[in-house]
Amino acid sequence: MAYRALAHKSTDDVAIAVADLKAGEEVTVHSLEGGRTHKVRLLEDIPLGHKIALRDLPEGHVVIEYGEKVGRMIKAVRKGGYVHVHNIRTLRWDYGKAEARGYKKVRRGH
Amino acid sequence: MPEAARSVRLTGYRRPNGAVGVRNHVLILPVDDLSNAAAEGVARLINGTTALPHPYGRLQFGEDLELTFRTLSGHGANPNVYGVVVIGIEPKWTDRVASAIAKTGKPVEAFSIERHGDLNVINAASRAAYRLVQDASELEREPIQVSELVLSIKCGESDPTLGLAGNKAQGRVVDWLVDMGASVIFGETSELTGGEHLIANRCATPALKRRFMRIYNNYIRMIEAQGVDLLGSQPTEGNIRGGLSTIEEKALGNIQKTGSRPINAVLDYAEPVKPGQGLVFMNSSSAGAEQVTLCAAAGSVLHFFTTGQGNVVGHPLIPVIKVSPNPITCATMGEHIDVQLPDLLLGEISLDQAAHRILEVFERTVNGRLTAAELLRHNEFVITRLYPSA
Repeated sequence: MAYRALAHKSTDDVAIAVADLKAGEEVTVHSLEGGRTHKVRLLEDIPLGHKIALRDLPEGHVVIEYGEKVGRMIKAVRKGGYVHVHNIRTLRWDYGKAEARGYKKVRRGH
Repeated sequence: MPEAARSVRLTGYRRPNGAVGVRNHVLILPVDDLSNAAAEGVARLINGTTALPHPYGRLQFGEDLELTFRTLSGHGANPNVYGVVVIGIEPKWTDRVASAIAKTGKPVEAFSIERHGDLNVINAASRAAYRLVQDASELEREPIQVSELVLSIKCGESDPTLGLAGNKAQGRVVDWLVDMGASVIFGETSELTGGEHLIANRCATPALKRRFMRIYNNYIRMIEAQGVDLLGSQPTEGNIRGGLSTIEEKALGNIQKTGSRPINAVLDYAEPVKPGQGLVFMNSSSAGAEQVTLCAAAGSVLHFFTTGQGNVVGHPLIPVIKVSPNPITCATMGEHIDVQLPDLLLGEISLDQAAHRILEVFERTVNGRLTAAELLRHNEFVITRLYPSA
């Protein structure tokens, strides 16, 4: 059967929806590099290409994807929840730290 | 590497200096903004010519001027170009660009506008272009090897389907091409943020690693010197719509397409690349047209461009092969995509099967099949500027 969601590594905190997924659906998450599969019931709709929490991720948690650090949770999310810009932020230009260094909050649209 | 990958049969055009191209353009090259009208006049008159109009070339200085010269002469020298007509407002810079191209041994003719006017220049330059196109039309393709090619890669309008599928397949193809002796250029300096340690660790020598980290850190310092950060521009709104949340996540997906081979050279913007160098990092913007233009200036004759949400970029001289694993993109804008891989994303084909699909389109494109971007006239030519003119 075609995949519904994929993780890079079985130890990652998040997986990617490879189809538009609906709240309530239970998906089996395979990992590209093998290892154990995860079963996750979705708490929210998650569109194709977007991220699913594979476990409870508390505020402040450093999120692992590809086996690497990809950001920090600025709001907690439960297993099966939706992880995106509303609750994860880059570790590189942390807003708090950036303001301390005198940066302006500038959003440049594209 | 599978035997099937080694069996690609390629044809191309051999230039006087031995360089190998996969297209046979006659280029009408304006040195500056003022010469666009004459260059485009020639291109309208003579069938089979390509003009490269651009808004720069006046009152630039220092490194920024050198980069513009390198970009212009690099396009003239590109092995996909048979011959060049250079047009500038005055003779000195015009001759400088023309002489740099003439070092390749290919035919180059230079014209300047002052003391002649556009109409006399268009007359003389059109007669030169007429001869070049007729001569180019008689040049035949001959068998070539992968090891004679300089190629390049980039992704754009990325989303997580690239890191999962498209860039993984592209990375396998890059490994195969490098193993067969091609040079493959990648760049996108700011877009390595979060994975720069992975690239640094693949540099073939400690000196290359130090050079890479210096270039990377300088780029980030340049951004931070503006008193801003990359939030809001990296990832882009298109990336965010596609599901990418942070620059680190974007970079880790981006890096998949570079494959797994060592990085044998670390170059600055548009520095020339020769065949046989393997995988090469070149400092560049992460903006599609700027990066493809820099690769063409460095000598790339064909570009692989993986896209999630559907970047439509092309280039006037080098074929840009678009690869996408995103089913929505393939369904809604398939005319832009040369290699469709949604079945890889869904696990219905293997990574090797997907890589073979890309390699097959590469083979046909080298041999003359037009890409989506060539058919749709995506002729983006965008010169990277380092700072304002004087």
